[in-house]
Amino acid sequence: MTTAIVTPAPRRRFDLSWPILIGFSAVLCALIVLPMSWLVFYSFTDKGRFTLENFVKLATDPTFTAPLLTTVIIATSSAIICCAVAAPMGWLVARTDMPLRRTVRALVTASFVTPPFLGAIAWELLAAPNSGMLNQLYRAAIGDPGAEPLFDIYSLGGLIFVISCYTFPYVFVLVANALDRIPGDLEDASSILGGRALVTARRVTIPLALPALLAGALVAFLQAMTLFGSPAILAMPAGFHTMTTKIWSLFQYPPKPELAAAASLPLLVLTVLLLRAEAMILGRRSYAVVGGKQGDPRLVQLGVWKWVALGVALFVLMNPVFLPYGALLNAAFSPVATQLVTFSTATLHNIHFVFFELSATKLAFRNTLVLGVLSATVGTLIAVVIAYITARRAITGWRGLAFLATAPVAVPGIVLGVGLFLSYTRPPFVLYGTLWILLIAFVTIALPAAYQQLQSAFRAVNPDLEEASRILGATRLQALGHITAPLLRTSVIATWCFIFVGVIRELSAAIILFTSETKVISVLIFDLNESGDLGAISVLGLIMLAVTFAVVIAINRIPGFGGARLRNT
Amino acid sequence: MKLTRRTFLASSCAAFATRVAAAPPAEAVTPALIEAAKKEGKLAFYTAMDLPVAERFAKAFEAKYPGVAVRVERSGAERVFQRIAQEQASNIRAVDVVNTADAAHLIVWKRNGWLEAYVPEDVARHFPPEHQDPDGTSALTRVWLSSLGYNTNLVKAEDAPKSFADLLDPKWTGKMVKAHPAYSGTIMTATFQIARDLGWGYLEKLARQKVMQVQSSTDPPKKLALGERAVMADGNDYNLIQLKERGQPVEVVYPTEGTPFVTGPTAIFKAAPSPNAARLFQSYLHSREGQQLLVDFARQHSLHAQVTEKPGARKLSEIRLMKDDAAGVEAQAEEIKARYAKIFGV
Repeated sequence: MTTAIVTPAPRRRFDLSWPILIGFSAVLCALIVLPMSWLVFYSFTDKGRFTLENFVKLATDPTFTAPLLTTVIIATSSAIICCAVAAPMGWLVARTDMPLRRTVRALVTASFVTPPFLGAIAWELLAAPNSGMLNQLYRAAIGDPGAEPLFDIYSLGGLIFVISCYTFPYVFVLVANALDRIPGDLEDASSILGGRALVTARRVTIPLALPALLAGALVAFLQAMTLFGSPAILAMPAGFHTMTTKIWSLFQYPPKPELAAAASLPLLVLTVLLLRAEAMILGRRSYAVVGGKQGDPRLVQLGVWKWVALGVALFVLMNPVFLPYGALLNAAFSPVATQLVTFSTATLHNIHFVFFELSATKLAFRNTLVLGVLSATVGTLIAVVIAYITARRAITGWRGLAFLATAPVAVPGIVLGVGLFLSYTRPPFVLYGTLWILLIAFVTIALPAAYQQLQSAFRAVNPDLEEASRILGATRLQALGHITAPLLRTSVIATWCFIFVGVIRELSAAIILFTSETKVISVLIFDLNESGDLGAISVLGLIMLAVTFAVVIAINRIPGFGGARLRNT
Repeated sequence: MKLTRRTFLASSCAAFATRVAAAPPAEAVTPALIEAAKKEGKLAFYTAMDLPVAERFAKAFEAKYPGVAVRVERSGAERVFQRIAQEQASNIRAVDVVNTADAAHLIVWKRNGWLEAYVPEDVARHFPPEHQDPDGTSALTRVWLSSLGYNTNLVKAEDAPKSFADLLDPKWTGKMVKAHPAYSGTIMTATFQIARDLGWGYLEKLARQKVMQVQSSTDPPKKLALGERAVMADGNDYNLIQLKERGQPVEVVYPTEGTPFVTGPTAIFKAAPSPNAARLFQSYLHSREGQQLLVDFARQHSLHAQVTEKPGARKLSEIRLMKDDAAGVEAQAEEIKARYAKIFGV
């Protein structure tokens, strides 16, 4: 180990980093490689014997090829919509003098923490073709109660819309964060050299934000592709399947895990290809922008246009936040979920039902909170280490680690659920029926996004700073602790919240891994949706959102975090 | 086969075993049982019945036997079935009592040897003998129908469909909602009876009517009440009756071809973590009190001889019914799910 020779430190300052790095790598392998191995193994078998039949069926049976095509259409459209909406909004918030920028950021946070299945249910209340409140309003406005609906949420377009509503924050966060970190000096240099606003944007700002935008597009595509909740709620009434709902249906009795495993492999392959493409695009340039000196970002003066910008931003935010929250609030107090509540019709029946009759409420909330805190803590720890290793290329084989940390994004939560189910229902690790198996699932699912986020944060911190510290005699860990960690504090807190919120939103793995004693809120809401209990869903959903916001805000205010402001989660 | 002493012994043992397997004597609720149940303190009730109904049973039971908490685990019967299979296969013993909406499940559970024989006194005394399980491993808790229905704001009574055949009229295209046999036991049972009596051709034609597809049979009545669809192609009658009594604009239609007849038995699992609480709950569900709640609140039908119907309620004997056949459903369940998915696309 060259560092040990170079460092003129006494023996007691032995660099602990290698054992730690290797330990974490092993954990990562166990988290991801084990269930994936079972999946691949299963995909080539049928009741224990080797076969390629699953893949033949996958490629030829229209009940599989149609959902695959649908899924690709949904993922592509959602990624494009997300980038088209989120990138300009990220720019407005980070680099212009648009009013209420902090409020807009907070509202994007709100749309991020909204579970997609809850959003989908809220949009059913709003835009179901006949009972949807927006369609009712439209019919009342034109005075024709029999008119064709203005919106039909039970359609491919409706599903893409709802998925985009709750996926665009991923892109927004990445873009806005990247723009925050671009020092004003570079843009100033451009203007001093005579570059006008557009030229500066084209030559400086956009290229520097490009990696974040590409990463955002990638995350959006993969999120949309592997999402289960929204399709499960909207696709069935619309009469089609996506890959995730199809895979879920394969676990109906009698379950066909072999086929499900095979059906998940195309998604995995697609993701690998996308990751390769991203690496090729980004690999040739260096994007370190946070160095020893940094100028403050320069804000673009929009003039009167700033009010237009604000109007557009608020209009966009109506779709994921204002309208759905309003619909849920209305349904919570209304005797009929899609009727506008008035003082005379308002009822506390739903609230009474959820708190005093629904026997699953307390347990589900407890499970969800315990899992949220544990997963966020464990997941952030792992993501930090892996992101550090890959960003600094600290050990040989870092590429493999980067792949492993990103790979779970290609595995629909539901399939990961089955992989874990197969791995942990037999000795020596019997974890099914405990919260541990859900913890493993949630950490694994959260890892790719957490890792991506921290890795781009690491990438933006110039290694010079760490190197300076190590030349002065610090070990790798000390350099991390004294130099890198303070610089990354905001990102780390953001990642913690990111995972916590992700756990609360998670449905697809939980739907396979829960037992009646380890039920979480998302599964409870999903079960309530199955039987159409919209009032109870609204109450539970609103409480869930309140708890989420409370935790995010509280973490943000803890004095120990040195007043670090959580700007984007 | 030569008759040796050993084979003779074996066959007489088998004969003895069958006699033992017959229903055990009926048991009353004793103070000892209540005490033992309280010591266990809780039970898990897996069920497919509409959630507010299940929670109402749970709360009424808790009020009668304080100290025994009931946790309701509710989803569509086919998902309950899947859940139990998954848990049993992994040696997770979580379920105490299960009430399903697909009587075929009892055949499978019994065959697997998972069920505990227990006959509550009320079942032996007041339930018709032909509806009593010969082994005493389950009791027929509730009966209801998978009817048609319509929203009275959207459809006038004279225009409403009267039969399954009426649903194929082009005027209902895009206006109907139905539930799914891979999620709902009611719909699995109903689909079996409809396919048997009307043929799959009917379902193929129905699928061309652009029917909105939901999961649980408890959902179509609620979608009707919202006005999301005008007509319900299947679902259940009890939710419609509840909604109507609450002033919602819905009406039940029992189709002229006959209405699918659904039975919902309840059983105790052998490996129940709270066996005494399970017995106490089973006794309560089938007591006169529990069964009266089933009729008055849940608006389903009871087989308990002492239970009184609400005045004005339709009696089962006044409705033309399709015949239930749990064994037939058990044999065809997989084929029904596959064929249905092919026809309806989901």
